[in-house]
Amino acid sequence: MSKQEYTITVYTENQVGLLNRIAILFSRRKINVESLNTSPSEVPGIHRFTVVVNETEDVVRKLARQMEKQVDVLRAFYNTGDEIVWQELALYKVPTPEIAEKVKVERLLREHGARAVVIRQDYTVFETTGQREETDKLLHVLEPFGLIEFVRSARVAIIKASDGFHALLKDFEFREPGPDILENEFLDKQDKVFAM
Amino acid sequence: MRDKYPPPAPVASPTKSADQQPSPPAPEPQALAAPALRSDDPLEPAQAPQAVTVTGSVAILQALLTEGVDTIFGYPGGAIMPLYDALYDYTDRLEHVLVRHEQGAIHAAQGYARSSGRVGVVFATSGPGATNLVTGLADALIDSTPLVCLTGQVFAHLLGTDAFQETDVINITTPVTKWNYQVTDATELPEVLAKAFFIARSGRPGPVVIDITKNAQLQAFEFLGYTPCQHIRSYRPKPLVRPEYIREAAALIAAAERPFVLFGQGVILGNAEAELRTFLEKTGIPAAWTILGLSALPTDHPLNVGMLGMHGNYGPNLLTNECDVLIAIGMRFDDRVTGRLDKYAKQAQVIHLDIDPSEIDKNVKARVPIWGDCKETLPLLTALLEPKTYPEWVQRFRDCDQKEQEAVIQNELHPASDTLTMGEVIRLLNEQTGGEAVIVTDVGQHQMVACRYARFKRTRSNVTSGGLGTMGFALPAGIGAKFGAPGRTVVTISGDGGFQMTIQELGVIQQSGLQLKMIILNNQFLGMVRQWQELFHQRRYSFVDIVSPDFITVASGYGIPGQRVEQRSELASALQTMLQHGGAYLLEIMVGKENNVFPMVPQGCGVSEIRLK
Repeated sequence: MSKQEYTITVYTENQVGLLNRIAILFSRRKINVESLNTSPSEVPGIHRFTVVVNETEDVVRKLARQMEKQVDVLRAFYNTGDEIVWQELALYKVPTPEIAEKVKVERLLREHGARAVVIRQDYTVFETTGQREETDKLLHVLEPFGLIEFVRSARVAIIKASDGFHALLKDFEFREPGPDILENEFLDKQDKVFAM
Repeated sequence: MRDKYPPPAPVASPTKSADQQPSPPAPEPQALAAPALRSDDPLEPAQAPQAVTVTGSVAILQALLTEGVDTIFGYPGGAIMPLYDALYDYTDRLEHVLVRHEQGAIHAAQGYARSSGRVGVVFATSGPGATNLVTGLADALIDSTPLVCLTGQVFAHLLGTDAFQETDVINITTPVTKWNYQVTDATELPEVLAKAFFIARSGRPGPVVIDITKNAQLQAFEFLGYTPCQHIRSYRPKPLVRPEYIREAAALIAAAERPFVLFGQGVILGNAEAELRTFLEKTGIPAAWTILGLSALPTDHPLNVGMLGMHGNYGPNLLTNECDVLIAIGMRFDDRVTGRLDKYAKQAQVIHLDIDPSEIDKNVKARVPIWGDCKETLPLLTALLEPKTYPEWVQRFRDCDQKEQEAVIQNELHPASDTLTMGEVIRLLNEQTGGEAVIVTDVGQHQMVACRYARFKRTRSNVTSGGLGTMGFALPAGIGAKFGAPGRTVVTISGDGGFQMTIQELGVIQQSGLQLKMIILNNQFLGMVRQWQELFHQRRYSFVDIVSPDFITVASGYGIPGQRVEQRSELASALQTMLQHGGAYLLEIMVGKENNVFPMVPQGCGVSEIRLK
């Protein structure tokens, strides 16, 4: 099985220390995290981690199961690039005189869909969102024009096939959820059902 | 977690203070109100909950009482002094065992949990007190032992300032706990402790650390009683039992010609010993055990074919690679059990029953996964199967056993030479205890010999450090096991190396008058490492020739009688003296210096490459 890029989406409670609990699952196995983002999710009070790794599916599946095993993790999903819509945000700080004087730069910025966030006399900050290649391309384009600073955010991703977490979460909150959830329906009446 | 605790009423904290000094108690939100307290709760009549102003420490002890805790293993220190101060008034209801080192406390709590089936409780102070727990936490996590460890922590306003005895306990213990949490405000304590006990004991059990800052222990708050936790939104203790997989597994078993059951501690943790036995007796399938599953099925049961793994029995290892359906019950295919994975049971269809979904397909690919508690899944499976026997297949195990008897066991249990063997000690112990004792072993050659030859009639009788292999485990775990099963004979078996790792805990025995029987099998070597050096490192005995103190004199310094045995003629009577003595007793038995444990699956070999010599 060959390695490829997987995006792992983890729905969790919002608890201090959970980031560490998630992160050490990777470091314990000496897996490098390519990108990690935490944010609120579509459900109030539920956090969402988006983690990108280069690994085999076997390893990623085991990682996802280890994550779900954590008490404060609700669910972990993993997807290949074609199963998600993803974006990253990049910021570029360039000297204002350079772009003000060179018409070419202005055209390049427009071509790459960049937007000016801050314009000052000495420098201007541009922003693009897109996939890795797109933000990379603009980086290479701007390099010859005295690029001062560059930073790129972690990946955020939406799972194409997902119907969101609202419905799942409702079931999670019930003690005796419906049959489509990985919860033992006999949990609360074990002695009655399984008296031997 | 924050969202789970309703925000304090706005009047409670007009200003946000970063140092979280004890603030005037906030009115308790209705959500935390307890419906009714147990009638034995001394603080409350069993009526409507009434708020009582108590300190965090008192709330902790009330929580322990409601959870049915009777024994605590611990060691006091600066940051946990408020809790110990409160404990002073609870000595009639809670027995606190003062250990000599925090590692001793946590191993004792493990022994207590393993022999009793209850949650072990540990108190330790901040800094070194907490870091001394780490080995035991790792051991308890890998061996799925339910523990709740309460550690003191510096005042909340000192967190992160390198205060005296401050250490980042939450981050140190994260990889070795099932769950951990830091409490800086006493109002959190009832709910956090309820979660701690629920998480520790439910699903696949494990250790939980609750780190409690000193201000939270001191803080007075409106305590509305303690309600045990039943449900955590994000936590699935048990996965859904799927009937289609049960049916699929039953069909596979029904069609099998050479089915083979491997069971582990899951059977004991799920209290499913009777269910396992019913399953085996109906289906007639031979069963072998991992060392943590040992004692779940009586040794003399006709379908009990012995021990798996590196030093397990010959038949179970060899025939793992000949069975056609492998039924793994509550075990996790540790590398000490499987040997080389690419040579492990490749011919077999694997059915894996486990409560922890992450164990399925982790090491061995399952043809049919049965997620769930084996106490629930085994009866479902049994119900779908017809009574059957496999006389020829079971005979294969008997034949292998015969071969092993001749090549190994006969010599080990009834040696022809004058040199004492570990095996004959265990044989005589079996004869004198009748298989009724709790055997607590350390780690090494004696552990393998004890697990191989000790005979058990009752479950929860074998306590050993299996996954982590913690030397020094036996003495403190034996202390705990005796507290957990006070009516039973508890015998610890250690090597000369391991005994010295936690020898200080003899002080606990002296102080508590515990009737613990201790055996040291002394081969004057770190025997297991020496065996490997002999077999795989051309007898280059690098730092295994350990010199030991006079153990009998050391024990007598603690007021514990004992004797050293060097002759076979003295052995039986010495064991008898030990078992009949009305208190603790130490028996040091000098065994062969360079005896090896066989059979053996050498590292990097498949299980069928097991060597008899």
